[in-house]
Amino acid sequence: MQTFIQLTVSGLANGAILALAAVGFAIIFKATGVINFAQGAFMAVGAYMVYTAIADFGWAWPLAIAFAALIAILLGMGTERFILRPMVGESAISVIMVTIGLAFFLEASLQFQFGTRPLRMAPFIPEGTVLILDVPLPLNRLIAIGLAALVLGAVGAFFRYSRNGIAMRAVADDQQAALTMGISVRRIFAMAWGIAAVTAMLAGVLVANIQGVSGNVALFGLLVFPVVILGGLDSIGGTIVGGLIVGLLIQYTAGYLGGGLQQVVPYILLVFILMVRPYGLFGEVRIERV
Amino acid sequence: MSAGAGPQASLGSPAAPAGGALLEINNLEVIYDEVILVLRGLSLAVPEGQLVALLGSNGAGKSTTLKAITGLLRTEHGEVTEGTIHHAGDEITQADTSDIVRRGLSLVMEGRHVFEHLTVRENLICGGYTSPGTVEERLATVEEYFPRLSERRAQQAGYLSGGEQQMLAIGRALMAGPSLLMLDEPSLGLAPLLVAEIFQIIQRLNRDLGTTVLLIEQNAKRALSIADHAYIMENGRIVLEGEAAELADNPDVKEFYLGMGESGRRSYRDVKHYKRRKRWL
Ligand SMILES: Nc1ncnc2c1ncn2[C@@H]1O[C@H](COP(=O)(O)OP(=O)(O)OP(=O)(O)O)[C@@H](O)[C@H]1O
Ligand SMILES: [Mg+2]
Repeated sequence: MQTFIQLTVSGLANGAILALAAVGFAIIFKATGVINFAQGAFMAVGAYMVYTAIADFGWAWPLAIAFAALIAILLGMGTERFILRPMVGESAISVIMVTIGLAFFLEASLQFQFGTRPLRMAPFIPEGTVLILDVPLPLNRLIAIGLAALVLGAVGAFFRYSRNGIAMRAVADDQQAALTMGISVRRIFAMAWGIAAVTAMLAGVLVANIQGVSGNVALFGLLVFPVVILGGLDSIGGTIVGGLIVGLLIQYTAGYLGGGLQQVVPYILLVFILMVRPYGLFGEVRIERV
Repeated sequence: MSAGAGPQASLGSPAAPAGGALLEINNLEVIYDEVILVLRGLSLAVPEGQLVALLGSNGAGKSTTLKAITGLLRTEHGEVTEGTIHHAGDEITQADTSDIVRRGLSLVMEGRHVFEHLTVRENLICGGYTSPGTVEERLATVEEYFPRLSERRAQQAGYLSGGEQQMLAIGRALMAGPSLLMLDEPSLGLAPLLVAEIFQIIQRLNRDLGTTVLLIEQNAKRALSIADHAYIMENGRIVLEGEAAELADNPDVKEFYLGMGESGRRSYRDVKHYKRRKRWL
């Protein structure tokens, strides 16, 4: 029972971080129709930027996070402005190839700059264990769950209540009609990429806080694909459910079956979902009225 | 929702062209995909406060005219290659759609184009995107004009009936507080009773709110009955214009647009060339 609870907490923590990484992917896809394979690379950039700010500049971690957020916004909006906007009208495959290229470029640049050895940064989330119902649980995972939930809540509120969030959903529905409302589609695209990059950065930092800073952060980001395929490429709620399912699945597999099976299980799930429910659990179905 | 200050403030500025109408189009030529010539020297004027109808058969270029005014052509590989569009004396021929909306020009597109996955309320909020300060106040006005929308506030727009979607599309355009409202076939696909209701509302918007209206319609009879002035277009240019009441009595209009001639419904294209010349030029 104790193992089960511990695995569940670890699974939820990984799941919450995955959801955070995947939500940006869903936002970009929903608003702009682009499948961004660089989401994992964005996570790694975030982790390394925070590392640099803390270890090299000696900044306090809130300042380090703000610095990384700024870099993330520049990176996200820059990608939209200088890489994707010129490609409007190109085939979906070319756009996908470009984001894959960007991912390799970013990851290679990080390796060039920081080397391939994992770096440890002083964790900014307090470590240690807390006893809940007599089960010792890692504090950093509990806090990671809380932080991810907080950010996801803010993103959800943004889409539901804010003028720009509603406008972003409007652009996703009907770009031409959104233009006639005076909504600048370019601004909305830039905003989508900015938000996606910042949420990815935060997810990267949370991963690094648990696993250390290395290329593995981007590898963790690969799990975004089973998450969004499961939840539905364009559904924000879906990424949360998808993230939690994948996170728990990995931990239970590792805990009860082991043998490295947890590495492949998410991708087996991915193929299975593609076969039975290609638009995911929560993907938006076009409304057909007659 | 008063059509007060704002966009009209610049009306009558020295730069205003001779006519001084709120909207003036001169010799407009529009080409799609670099080869398809659709508007061939179209000119028209919409004076402030008036309800102007733009009529014409399918494919005449009515929707294209509205897309040119609102800067939407570039989303469809279209381009203004000749001529000018002025609003309140300022040239807006190549302006961005968002600047045009901010000037007080709102378009209700053909086929409604509501945001299907957004609620009615969210659709309306999008309509007020350019003027966030007045959203609450305008929501009240719009819901007063369209009580059905207030009943269905929280419903997803994709599941509204066609008539309700049309009301939503008009209400959404009103949220920007337009001084010029452009409507592209608002009666398309609606039952006669609803058509009457929509036309009544358009008339009220013009009379009570003082909104200038440019109305495109297939339903020429109804459009002429509420319009002050009307233009008839064929093949990318205006072939006839006049007071709406006069046009409604014109024998050719009766024959070709109101379906009242002896020979029944035919296209205007079928009229002998000399006859067009004689009557309308
Ligand atoms: N995006 C486009 N690309 C190429 N040709 C177009 C495009 N849009 C319209 N056209 C052509 O331009 C002409 C005028 O179209 P438009 O939609 O302006 O007509 P309309 O008067 O609004 O007709 P309807 O009453 O059927 O709505 C048509 O021949 C149409 O095929
Ligand atoms: Mg049309």
